[in-house]
Amino acid sequence: MKKRRVYLDNASTTPLDPRVLRAMEPYFLKDFANPSTLYEFGRIAQKAVRRSLEKIASVLNCLPEEFIFTGSATESDNLAIIGAAHEHKKEGNRIVISSLEHKGMLTACFALEKEGFEIIKLPVGKDGLVDPEEVRKNINDKTIIVSVTMADSETGTLQPISAIASIVKSFRENNGNKKLPYIHTDASQAAAYANIDVEKLGVDLMTLSAHKMRGPKGIGGLYVRRGVKLSPVIYGGGQQGGLRSGTENVPAIVGFGEAMRRNEIYKKKNSDHVKRLRDTLEKGIFKSIDKIVLNGHPIKRLPNFLNISVLDIEGESMLLELDEHGIMVNTGSACNSESLEPSYVLTALHNSYEFVHGSIRFTLGADTKSSDITHVLKLFPKIVERLRKISPLSLSINDKKTVSDPRAFVGGRTPHFLRKKSSP
Amino acid sequence: MKTKTNKKPIEKRSIKKKIIKPDVVNKYDGGSWAYSPKVRKHFFSPKNLLWENPKDADYDTDGVVGSPACGDVMRIWLNINPKKDTITDFKWRTFGCASAIAATSMLSVMVTEKKGMKIDKALAITPQDIIARLNGLPDRKIHCSVLGDKALRVAINNWFKKTGQLSRIVNEGERVVDPNTKVTEADIEEAVLEGARTLVAVQRRTKVGIGNPECLLRVEELIRFYREKYYGPDTE
Repeated sequence: MKKRRVYLDNASTTPLDPRVLRAMEPYFLKDFANPSTLYEFGRIAQKAVRRSLEKIASVLNCLPEEFIFTGSATESDNLAIIGAAHEHKKEGNRIVISSLEHKGMLTACFALEKEGFEIIKLPVGKDGLVDPEEVRKNINDKTIIVSVTMADSETGTLQPISAIASIVKSFRENNGNKKLPYIHTDASQAAAYANIDVEKLGVDLMTLSAHKMRGPKGIGGLYVRRGVKLSPVIYGGGQQGGLRSGTENVPAIVGFGEAMRRNEIYKKKNSDHVKRLRDTLEKGIFKSIDKIVLNGHPIKRLPNFLNISVLDIEGESMLLELDEHGIMVNTGSACNSESLEPSYVLTALHNSYEFVHGSIRFTLGADTKSSDITHVLKLFPKIVERLRKISPLSLSINDKKTVSDPRAFVGGRTPHFLRKKSSP
Repeated sequence: MKTKTNKKPIEKRSIKKKIIKPDVVNKYDGGSWAYSPKVRKHFFSPKNLLWENPKDADYDTDGVVGSPACGDVMRIWLNINPKKDTITDFKWRTFGCASAIAATSMLSVMVTEKKGMKIDKALAITPQDIIARLNGLPDRKIHCSVLGDKALRVAINNWFKKTGQLSRIVNEGERVVDPNTKVTEADIEEAVLEGARTLVAVQRRTKVGIGNPECLLRVEELIRFYREKYYGPDTE
């Protein structure tokens, strides 16, 4: 019998929609030309890029000219933050971000900090939400850009982007109708299920990624509102208004547009589908396993996300056991990361390290079947039971504070992955 | 002629097939991220695991190291044959990733095979011995198994205390650099030998100084000493 495979890591990437692949196919062999050329083949490619832009613009409720294709969401984040910072460095030096940002944003900000920009990280509540009031408190007339992710990639908690955007807007109006600060959001994780109408959200810049919504990998995009000025990060032949030089990746662009169009048509249906299954999974797990906590906001959350922490056991062990049974998930445990540091998103939610080490993330997709969830619910409690037998720990869930102190941090000090940051 | 030319590539192909490659390879350093079959075996069917909670009288001694915040805790229970001075039983429980679980399991096998290991020999087990028996671990995972041998030494010292063999207690104060994580001078030396030349790199491997920054000065001294010993004087 063929081993059953259950893919529950759709936040990492989603499978390509076969119909998207079919839309892309002609642009590899037949209509291969460079869209910057004037002859017939070039015009065909140009038209394809234009059509894709129109599909995306109609979903975003923007002009096709307001959208730039990049190589990934990471590149889009870089272009937004570094582009804005470099373009406006004479007008200010402050950048305000949330502590839940994607690495593409965080690492770029770290680089900007070295150049002399001041990076303000907004705190996050225990429920995973950024308080818009914190934005109000932290912006000043030296602020160039505010960036808050629409939904982080660990818990999928949905941030109040439109509330944050209107605070930024009213600040600009009260400050002599200046154009700064810009408001950017990374919607790459959220776009498949959330509303990404830029007028409703009120954002100036928005990052998107194709492969999180059943499009191809290697293509991302950045919405840039008309009037927003960015410096390019990549220089060259001046394609895409000079903001992102380099020959356009036509097949991927076509795939992105088609994935976006299809995703919009099925958004409601898919949302309902994954939410129903996710809720079944969540209820089932909480019913059959004790000593677990939900990470992120219980309601304001993407419908396909379930992130939990299982006490007394470690995420990577759970991941490997599930993998052995053909179930593919992800964890924020330190052991699963190259740096051996536990997830910064989960620690930003004021979780103690014991909880982060035992975190596990299920992210469903349009392909997830009801029987997949039944399969997981049958196996997961057994796996937890086995690993708990191997573990010498017996921590208490109501004792979160005392868990970390003093038993956990031997000597009552912060562990290495925290102290390292505070030292120069 | 035709048959000859056809045959050769087929032979080549069959030789190529025999080379077993790890299923996941780090594209930057060529190292394997995946666990060896032996690690997987010990993770999925651990040996000498203590399934039921023990009564005090069940085991002669026990020892525990690690902290839940750092992601690894190991607890072991031992039975000792005082006449032969060997360890006859080694039971354990581990909180941690697959390599930590597999490493403790492997250590329990090493100590109890061939009718039990002599205590003096058990005291000399290094993390590298365990890793060798597991057919290697991914680089970034090596710190996990470091705890197994420390837990063993703690348990044996407890046994020495219990039975009044005070002269045999390894003076941990001399050897151990950090009393919390039980990292020894030898561990620092090994970490440096494995390529960790800075405090951060050594901490990544050994977790030395976690919650105990007082020892860091000594650790840095040791790192400098071993770095110069093995890689020549610092050029700065």
